[in-house]
Amino acid sequence: MRERRLPILATIAVFVLLYALGGLHFNHFLSTGVFGNLLTDNAFVIIAGLGMTFVILSGGIDLSVGSMIGFVGIAMATMVAHGWHPLAAIAVLLVMGIVLGALMGWIIDAFEIQPFIVTLTAMFLLRGLCFVISLDSVPIKHPFVEAFSDFHLALPGDGWLSGPALVMLAALAFAVVVAHFTRFGANVYAVGGDAASALLLGVPVRRTIVGVYALNGAFGVLAGATYAFYTSSGYPLAASGVELDAIAAVVIGGTLLTGGVGLVIGTVFGGLIQGLIQTLIIFDGSLDSWWIRIVIGGLLFVFIVLQKLIMRSVTALGASAAPG
Amino acid sequence: MDVPARPRVVMRGITKTFPGVKALDGVDFTLAPGEIHALLGENGAGKSTLVKVLTGVLAADAGTVELDGVPIRVASPAAAQDLGINTVYQEVNLVPTLSVAENLMLERQSSRFGLISWRKTRERAEAALARLKIHVDVGRSLGSCSLAIQQLVAIARALDRDTRVLVLDEPTASLDAHEVEGLFTVLRDIRARGIAIVFITHFIDQVYAIADRITVLRNGRFAGTGTIAEVPRMRLVTLMLGKQIESHYAERPTTESIDQTGAPVIAATGLGRARWLEPIDLSVRAGEVVGLAGLLGSGRTETAKLLFGAERADKGSLVIDGVPVTLRSPGQAIRMGFGFCPEDRKHEGLILDLSVRENLILALQCRRGWWNRVGQAEQNRIAAEMIAALGIATPDAEKPVGQLSGGNQQKVILARWLAAKPRLLILDEPTRGIDIGAHAEIVGLIRRLCREGLALIVASSELEEIVAFSHRVAVLRDRRKVSEIVGADITQSTIVEAIANS
Repeated sequence: MRERRLPILATIAVFVLLYALGGLHFNHFLSTGVFGNLLTDNAFVIIAGLGMTFVILSGGIDLSVGSMIGFVGIAMATMVAHGWHPLAAIAVLLVMGIVLGALMGWIIDAFEIQPFIVTLTAMFLLRGLCFVISLDSVPIKHPFVEAFSDFHLALPGDGWLSGPALVMLAALAFAVVVAHFTRFGANVYAVGGDAASALLLGVPVRRTIVGVYALNGAFGVLAGATYAFYTSSGYPLAASGVELDAIAAVVIGGTLLTGGVGLVIGTVFGGLIQGLIQTLIIFDGSLDSWWIRIVIGGLLFVFIVLQKLIMRSVTALGASAAPG
Repeated sequence: MDVPARPRVVMRGITKTFPGVKALDGVDFTLAPGEIHALLGENGAGKSTLVKVLTGVLAADAGTVELDGVPIRVASPAAAQDLGINTVYQEVNLVPTLSVAENLMLERQSSRFGLISWRKTRERAEAALARLKIHVDVGRSLGSCSLAIQQLVAIARALDRDTRVLVLDEPTASLDAHEVEGLFTVLRDIRARGIAIVFITHFIDQVYAIADRITVLRNGRFAGTGTIAEVPRMRLVTLMLGKQIESHYAERPTTESIDQTGAPVIAATGLGRARWLEPIDLSVRAGEVVGLAGLLGSGRTETAKLLFGAERADKGSLVIDGVPVTLRSPGQAIRMGFGFCPEDRKHEGLILDLSVRENLILALQCRRGWWNRVGQAEQNRIAAEMIAALGIATPDAEKPVGQLSGGNQQKVILARWLAAKPRLLILDEPTRGIDIGAHAEIVGLIRRLCREGLALIVASSELEEIVAFSHRVAVLRDRRKVSEIVGADITQSTIVEAIANS
């Protein structure tokens, strides 16, 4: 058994358990309809979480992705209102997100500033810019957006895969390939595991860090666009705090906050677990919505302790085999 | 001294200055293809700095480097690797969270259609390890492997490339005799392939067992070079120290200092821990040195940690000054007057970013408890005293400990415990990775402390020094105490016999 795989197994176990719990208690819970909605409703958080996975794997953190989602929504809505095609707007914003991310990565590595502070700066900056663009909600009215909202692939049963769910699945496939089947991905794990050693092993650490935040910027824009399509509007206060949901998805998904260990697929389960808790509480009906936060908080705590215990057993193994 | 016709590497006039220290001052170094070239010198002589210039970790302030006659400027470790200069560092510089295969193949993974083929990559990793006759599950995370395996993985990685120059910075420090022999077989093989090998070590015997030529640095300057025939042992030591030293450790310690009257300072009976150490009996009196001898992995470190409370015993009993005690934590041990110098100085012994003074004060502060702060004036006084008493080479007490050389770091750890006025000191490999001069000083210090009435337990892989200071020797094998040798019976051959037989 590979110790490093234990967190992800725990994540999947919790996911299955919650699903079984729902299936036992509520009729209709085990339907593809509920599953399809789960994917749709959590698509943008999971997409943001995919980018966040790379950041956390590299040993960093990103607090700006919630503001990024809000900014992309309001900027896209305003651009569309001025006659832009939504895809053209996304392309421009994608370039912006990648450049901003690369800049953050460069600052973090070149000046050795904590990612926490650098991305906090970007969080304020982007949220502020939202209000520069518009103080109010801006609806997105465009034939393409309507077509996107109407589009769905039928699942067996009563469910369907919506546009946001499909975008999320495509983003997932892309993230899996980049993380697990490219040198860049291998380097992200190495830098997060031990940056000093990685440098001596010939890993281009700066390029990797810049790449990680640039990639994260792209995922942030994609999450923002998905959210804007999903709500058909842009709103300057949209997605406040979503950066923390994304971080929670990554951690519940079994990625170590200290970097270097984790799987991209775990983040999807982490995001879906949060969605499942929400769905269960809504199905129940008697519990107030703040219980969602309380349960997620408790779960997060359990997962962090679990990770710590696993890592301790791994290092104890190494120490006991060390020379005496 | 002859320089080969076509040298692989020529370094001329290499100079490197760190704040306050001239690490290298106009050093020349010539390396021929197909030779194993031992680079020697005391700590702080500049070996590591010279190697780091060659491997692109540091940029020299002045000087030139030529590789096969072509002037090069090595800007980064990656650039060095591209030139065929590969390095295995003293502290294993791999990523513990990655698997063995991922570490071996980082930046060199096999790919198909532009994507990494992990199956092929794993196969190549296995093949690379098989060439060194290492058989290990390459999917295991490296951090869960023993230090010896980690070291071999680092070497296998360095060999898995078109290598023109292989730099080994203390590769044998964590290997046992069998593994060292295996490594030397591989080194001879790659020497035959025409690769130039730079071999940095503190083990003089190994130099004469494997090296063709020797270059010695002293205080950042070139001190001498020659074939091993031209540089016999005494000449080598003279070059390294810059002065003649008498054959050290001539006499055995006297037993006068041992307090035979009272209860032992510490007496363990059947003390053990599952999957850590088989139950062990061990006692130490005031003024006595008990040596822990054994091969790599025999349980020396395990015994030391158990006695210090760093690991909790689950069997047996411990009597301290005649009173039964259950040790729960190192803090408790410190309050009872124990001190422990761990084998892994950098991770378990020192807080590298704190100053010499701050590191010195830690144990004393722990003994006094957190509400009873050691005052600034007292701290300064203790730091000044200790720096003078142990001859710690540092410009001042406020220098971060991480910037000192290994020998001086070890002295800082010793000084920390001495400042706390302990009754029992447990030293785990106190001379590991330390040059000959500091080596003799530490051995001298152990003898002095013992004469002053301290009880000492010293684990060491160097039999010569165990014989030099021990009144009694506990011999360990396979995490079990197999023999105890007392007084005049302690010789290198009796210890070796005890390890081999019984």
